[in-house]
Amino acid sequence: MNKLNKLLKEKGILLADGATGTNLIPMGLDSGQAPEAWNFDHIDRIQKLHQSFIDAGSDILVTNSFGGTARRLHLHDLQDRVVEVNKAAAEIAGDLVAKSGREIVVAGSVGPTGDLLFPLGELTYEGAVEAFEEQVTGLKQGGVDVAWIETMSSPEEIDAAIEAANKVGLDYVVTASFDTAGNTMMGLSPSAFAGQMAAKDPRPTAFGSNCGVGASDLLVAAIDMVANADGIPVVAKANAGIPKIAGDKVVYSGSPELMADYAKLAMNLGVSIIGGCCGNSPAHVKAMADAVRTHNGGDAPTAAEIIETLGPLVSPKSDKKSERSNRRRRRS
Amino acid sequence: MSDEEDDIILSELSDEELSEQMQDDLYDGLKEEIEEGVNIFLERGWAPYDILTKVLVKGMKTVGDDFRDGILFVPEVLLAANAMKAGMFILRPLLTETGAPKMGKMVVGTVKGDIHDIGKNLVGMMMEGAGFEVIDLGINTDVDQFLAAIEEHKPDILGMSALLTTTMTYMKVVIETLKEKGIRDELIVIVGGAPLNEEFGEAIGADAYCRDAAVAVETAKRLLTQQA
Repeated sequence: MNKLNKLLKEKGILLADGATGTNLIPMGLDSGQAPEAWNFDHIDRIQKLHQSFIDAGSDILVTNSFGGTARRLHLHDLQDRVVEVNKAAAEIAGDLVAKSGREIVVAGSVGPTGDLLFPLGELTYEGAVEAFEEQVTGLKQGGVDVAWIETMSSPEEIDAAIEAANKVGLDYVVTASFDTAGNTMMGLSPSAFAGQMAAKDPRPTAFGSNCGVGASDLLVAAIDMVANADGIPVVAKANAGIPKIAGDKVVYSGSPELMADYAKLAMNLGVSIIGGCCGNSPAHVKAMADAVRTHNGGDAPTAAEIIETLGPLVSPKSDKKSERSNRRRRRS
Repeated sequence: MSDEEDDIILSELSDEELSEQMQDDLYDGLKEEIEEGVNIFLERGWAPYDILTKVLVKGMKTVGDDFRDGILFVPEVLLAANAMKAGMFILRPLLTETGAPKMGKMVVGTVKGDIHDIGKNLVGMMMEGAGFEVIDLGINTDVDQFLAAIEEHKPDILGMSALLTTTMTYMKVVIETLKEKGIRDELIVIVGGAPLNEEFGEAIGADAYCRDAAVAVETAKRLLTQQA
């Protein structure tokens, strides 16, 4: 049993952390710079971010390794240091957890390759497995408790990342981003994703959703995931509203209070791991921690109730029909 | 349906039927059928520009509308765009020869630090599908590369794409530089990418934020008409 399993059993509900990228920008990350390079160049800043989430009450730290496959690190001339980058990311978080005196899960972030898989793009399935395997190897060497496969949209790429985790021998969590008419941009629906996860052997320790287009959309997607989870714990890591420009800075529209409401609704829905993605500062995570600790539960909200509390959906499911003429195909 | 008698022979269809069939084949991403259909129309003496606008562009409009409306998703649209591209490959040299009118010219790129090009490629293909000339600068495009391409190609439209919260602010850097050089107003600037929104586009000084490739085409057409 991995540490995430164990903590889920003990506590029932776990608090994850907040954003990485958007919290590093105010610390001096220039636009276009690789956050992963800071695992070497500015260890102190990554430590500061992780520590702020530990202090806010996070039970799970997601490592600074989102873009840690060779396919993405290539742009920053780090493609030859994949294992090293990911190992460093894991160790930075692991060292702080050891010092914290608390039981905290170190989750090794694995983001998409950024490439389309064949036949839509050039990257073969095997090539994707290979890229992920190299990254997960580094994460495992650095001591992560689970691979945290996140912001996914393609079912095939999800399969490839899971295969890599299995090959390396690491338990895994997968979260997808439902940002396009209630589905991922590749057309994967929350219920189909849940079905895909329930059919896996071994199954994920947890699965769910992160990022996307705001807290309302994410929780409405969570309704379908919980309904089809077949007992697998569900994760919700929503953005703090939507990004806006204020002067030279990007700020997110969602307040800590909004994210506290979101956390309560997520609990009522039956979500087991609650946290934030883009725009969630340590203050947002603290507000979610307080909400999770004090909330006494309630009925699972409907989509309408979620929208009433958190605001309208940014990209709702479509009920439109195509106007194509639908002539017979020549070949089926 | 594998019945031989149900197979449609493209060359036996009337012009009208063939046009309709090709629009459906485009929707289904059937590349070879599109190539065959384009060649049949050429043999029948259709002007390349008519094949482009009355068949392909019209077909892609349906694809674009269904993408915008959440009926189609990226995989289906990419396949359709690839089929479109195959048709365009045949038509492009003929269009140049016959001096067919162009909708306008666009320079497009994914900004510095960002490798994500799925959305940007879709925009390029859909714009081309709508009759625009598209110059694609690829990924990781810095301000100097954008400036050089604008200088060289004199586009009507500049399109910028970013998928990461850590790269989307670079669009502002580019727009500010265009202002400094005094060329901002000579261009329509449209931006897109998952973390962006309308307000963001407005705040960085773009003319429009486009949610997806279909909206990008509609917006480009609208803004060009307003400008004219």
